[in-house]
Amino acid sequence: MRRLSYRHALREAFDEELARDPMVVLMGEEVAQYNGAYKVTEGLWAKWGDKRIIDTPISEAGFIGMGVGASMLGIRPVMELMFWSFYTVAWDQIINNAGMVRYMSGGLINCPIVLRGPANGGTNVGATHSHTPENIMASFPGMKCVCPSNAYDAKGLMKAAIRDNDPVMFMESTVLYGQEWEVPENSELPDGELFIPLGVADVKREGTDVSLISHGRAVNTCLEAARILEEEHGISCEVVDLRTIRPLDEETIFESVRKTHRAVCVDENKPFCAVSSQIAASISLHCFDDLDAPVQRIGSLDAPAFYSPPIEKLQLPYPDVVVAKVLGMF
Amino acid sequence: MAKTATAPLKYADAPINASMTAEQKIKLYTDICRIRRFEQIALKFYNAGKMGGFLHLYIGQESVAAGCASLMGENDHMITAYRDHGHALAVGMGMNECMAELYGKKTGCSKGKGGSMHYFAPDKNYWGGHGIVGGQTPLGTGLAFGLKYKGLTGCAMAFLGDGAVNQGAFHESLNLAALFELPVIFIIENNGYSMGTSQKRSSAYPSCLAERAVAYDMAWEQFNGEDIYEVRAKVQTAIERAHKQSKPTLLEVATYRYTGHSVADANHKKYRTKEEIERYEKEHDPINIWRGHLVREGVLTEAQAKEIDQAAFKEAEAAADFADSSPYPDPSEIFDDVYWEVDNQTEAGQTGRHFFND
Repeated sequence: MRRLSYRHALREAFDEELARDPMVVLMGEEVAQYNGAYKVTEGLWAKWGDKRIIDTPISEAGFIGMGVGASMLGIRPVMELMFWSFYTVAWDQIINNAGMVRYMSGGLINCPIVLRGPANGGTNVGATHSHTPENIMASFPGMKCVCPSNAYDAKGLMKAAIRDNDPVMFMESTVLYGQEWEVPENSELPDGELFIPLGVADVKREGTDVSLISHGRAVNTCLEAARILEEEHGISCEVVDLRTIRPLDEETIFESVRKTHRAVCVDENKPFCAVSSQIAASISLHCFDDLDAPVQRIGSLDAPAFYSPPIEKLQLPYPDVVVAKVLGMF
Repeated sequence: MAKTATAPLKYADAPINASMTAEQKIKLYTDICRIRRFEQIALKFYNAGKMGGFLHLYIGQESVAAGCASLMGENDHMITAYRDHGHALAVGMGMNECMAELYGKKTGCSKGKGGSMHYFAPDKNYWGGHGIVGGQTPLGTGLAFGLKYKGLTGCAMAFLGDGAVNQGAFHESLNLAALFELPVIFIIENNGYSMGTSQKRSSAYPSCLAERAVAYDMAWEQFNGEDIYEVRAKVQTAIERAHKQSKPTLLEVATYRYTGHSVADANHKKYRTKEEIERYEKEHDPINIWRGHLVREGVLTEAQAKEIDQAAFKEAEAAADFADSSPYPDPSEIFDDVYWEVDNQTEAGQTGRHFFND
């Protein structure tokens, strides 16, 4: 099967959705003529032109709000935040307007908008550019939040996000953009396209002794930890990739924990009210009698992102940390 | 703040006004009476403890919303901030659903989920009703973007107060509107006070607030909002600019609110004088001015005007009865209207967990 980078897979999703629905429009800083700050939208402006691929000024509150307003009229904007970290300057537009206008209007309005961009640490860009706000976005009812861990999921989930009629916060990773995974051609697929519904988790590796529950880049950390644990310690890990934070596929999590009886929730959030906090609480409530050990959590170390490259590396979860945590449970 | 209209007749002669029928003029008189009576009754029952939250009254400013709404065609849209009752009634929302929303009732326009600051009627091209100062201006810009994207000839009127002009989101909207040549009309309803802070104490500006448009290479105008003829003449020019050239305009309309920033604004007679309020009520009241025009023109007699006003009063009282006797929402409705996909029971709405209480 062909291999595709994460950014290329996203680009294919945009291209296919631009072709499918004339209401789909891509907007953001440098997405058009510059071909994208991270080259995710490369070539799309040349193909689709000024109407469908639009460069915006550096004006997040303004252009995100503009996209929200357009979505109320039935346009389907896919808005790039060059970094998800910039969500703070568009907070009111994202939370109060995209997230709450449906509720406050008693269901008269909906916002079919996608906000997307990289949301990760680990690239030595300092605390302001290293936010992972999936826990924050998912804490607002009305929002949906997606964090793909690989190119295949990124493409399928992006297509679902664009077709969704609610606001979807789509979080990518600059660390993953250049990495490649197997992504089938549409002609190889039974439905003729790659489409992954929101709210469906995926077991990325089957195992019997402990469940590693994760999303986004941390899934890859867990897969590497699982390899080490299997090969060096004979411990069989099941890796559950949440894929979507909200809606959340709790059943797949619970099924896995009921099988392995142990759970470690791994993400790159800061630990206070992280995604892992929510998952740990749900597991404790619904799988209490199945657990042989307390649910463990691993997040990034609880301080703003460190700039210094070797130190930042230690601040985010890495395979050895997961390995050590799992070994401590047996 | 309102200035004395110097040449009102000139505006009556503007083509958009000269072509008005008597019925249209009477309809506008009815509209402004209905807005005022609705709010007076709302205030009465707010003070009687029938409503929660805030109540930002529009009394004194009625000519602006009514004048603008009277110009709206099929693809013209409106969005405003939290002082939104006047605009809502002006675009044709019913008193019953608006009053019931204040009472927090199931029959309210937002099913009791929005309250005073959050009225919406997309079927009437009315997009709210927004609580955060200036936060609606990017949305208005987006409505204009949507119109242009769809190739429709229309405009979006985005209202804001004079207190909103210093919000970053507003300036970002001005830049985007001018840069992308969007058919949006930003309408500053300048009532002189951003809550308790006067214009001079809150804004730096050259001759007026609207002149800030110069910095964005945008057309602008300042005018008096107490006379519907003037409102219609000036706003129509901006609408034509939007329709024919797809270009934005920044308008500043001098107006005045008789009551406080909200009913909770206990200081509103301290940061301005009683005499100032009385002078406006006496000399600049938009309802009196419009009635004066219509009586002079022979469109309406004083007796007919009184009948219209009394009917508006009765309608507002009946709306309060309707609201009072309507049921509260059922607690089960808390989870409705959060997600479109859930409400519509689509596959996406039934995949994965959307709510997390247990």
